[in-house]
Amino acid sequence: MSCWETIADYGLRSLGIGERLLPRSDFTLCQQVTLIGSGMIWNIYFGTLALASGFLLATAVALGKAARNPWLRKPSEWFIFVFRGSPLFIQFFFAYFAFLSLKSAYPFFDPFTAAWLGATIVLFLNTAAYSGEIFHGAVLSVPKGDMEAADAYGFHGWSKFRRITWPTMLRLAWPAYTNEAIFLFHATALVFFSGFPARQQKGDALYYASYFADKTFNPFVPYPILAGYFILLTLTVIGLFGLANRRLNRHLPQTRRARLRIRPILVR
Amino acid sequence: MLGSCSDPAALDGLAWLACYLTTGKHMAFYGAFGTVLLLLAITAPAALAFGFGGAVLARSQIAPLSWLGKGYIAIVRGVPDIAFFLFFVIALDQAFEFLRHKALCPGWNQPIWQGNDFVVCNEAKLPLSSAPQWVHESYGFGLAVLTFAIVFGAFAANVLFGAMRAVPHAQIETAEAYGMTPRQTFRRILVPQMWVYALPGLSNLWMVLIKATPLLFLLGVEDIVYWARELGGTKTPQFTDYPHGDWRMWYFLALLVFYLAFTRVSEIALARLMTRLTHGQATVAGEAQRKAAA
Repeated sequence: MSCWETIADYGLRSLGIGERLLPRSDFTLCQQVTLIGSGMIWNIYFGTLALASGFLLATAVALGKAARNPWLRKPSEWFIFVFRGSPLFIQFFFAYFAFLSLKSAYPFFDPFTAAWLGATIVLFLNTAAYSGEIFHGAVLSVPKGDMEAADAYGFHGWSKFRRITWPTMLRLAWPAYTNEAIFLFHATALVFFSGFPARQQKGDALYYASYFADKTFNPFVPYPILAGYFILLTLTVIGLFGLANRRLNRHLPQTRRARLRIRPILVR
Repeated sequence: MLGSCSDPAALDGLAWLACYLTTGKHMAFYGAFGTVLLLLAITAPAALAFGFGGAVLARSQIAPLSWLGKGYIAIVRGVPDIAFFLFFVIALDQAFEFLRHKALCPGWNQPIWQGNDFVVCNEAKLPLSSAPQWVHESYGFGLAVLTFAIVFGAFAANVLFGAMRAVPHAQIETAEAYGMTPRQTFRRILVPQMWVYALPGLSNLWMVLIKATPLLFLLGVEDIVYWARELGGTKTPQFTDYPHGDWRMWYFLALLVFYLAFTRVSEIALARLMTRLTHGQATVAGEAQRKAAA
């Protein structure tokens, strides 16, 4: 069987398209690369969706935490504390079993026990809390002069936020936020190792990598392939966020622009 | 456990709950919290030692040693998350068995990797197949500790490497002016002063380490996650004196609260430690402390 046939059979296996049975013996390198790559679809799906939706909530939470009104501030503080203070792994388990209990009472919650929705919700809340804290720090460090200048030009309310506070906050937070994005993509590898089951062996990249490692007793092939895919993904994220960073900083003199410093961390 | 628990079916309310929460399996569950704390207690100093070694290597004047230290930091930090945990446990296990195999069974003539199997002679197996259960369990735990120490050691090395460079150069020059040898300068000036610069990074790392402990479950250790799944699942009257529905959600809620409390307590303790370390340092915070006292 040639490599092209393998790609045709297993390229979209993680979505349930193509060959039903996973290879069981005589594993070729091509099969491993194809299946693990196929699993990456899920990692990208979880990461992108959670990041895009989490961004909006994070802005709200950051402003809530910076608010003077305790009715806004306290819930935001607690939200950030709960999601940053506990392991994501336990959050996945808790959410899965909570959805399972809700499902037995209300059939409406049936899709929530599947990874595509349930895990996305957990990742969405989790990244919103982490980025909310980053944005909160950035809101506090918006230069005083910028705000005074905005007042002097007659900005207030929504237009002041939209045109002055928010872009400056994003500009200041962007390097840290890039790290958070990388970190979120890495965290997507946890999904199928926590409560959420992989139905019909439709899993993410780590799921297939550990499948091969278990079957071949040889961790030295599948895990480096996985690492390679993740490094590619990380570089893509850095590239895309770098473009955004350039745009956010385009009005500043060359020397004062914030450079992206990439410091990924490990587990959340 | 308690005397009144001999007939659980007759109990109800709080009395039932008290008996339920003191069954033998629940005691094992509470013991698993001890496992987590033990892991942290062993891993944190071990990772710090790995980190210190890595940082000293990376600072070395001898180029190959410096490459080794920097390579260790870069490789472990560059490769994504839990893949490392899954990879290292198998890889370390195979490495140990391979070394023992080379040492103990010189007469072996078959290849060690036979297609999809990893085969070593019986004497080289770790742990030996005749070993009692607790040896198997503590071997698994030991591998987990080593994995955690290697991975977090790289992060600690990065923090300590930065902290050593952050110590003001004037301090080192003063030590040299007093005629201290490089070794004395390192021991008496650099190491005592670097902690205040390292502490923010290290406390961050400690928080990450706490939150990484549930991954023990993936490494096959019977930790709190294992027991929470085990105890919380639906129990029917045939198999247990305490039948109940699916309570896993509540068990994981308890774990969530445990971790929240733990991180909160750590935050407070680390803030206090920072205040103590800042005392008498040539930093902004140290200066503020001095002024407040005066």
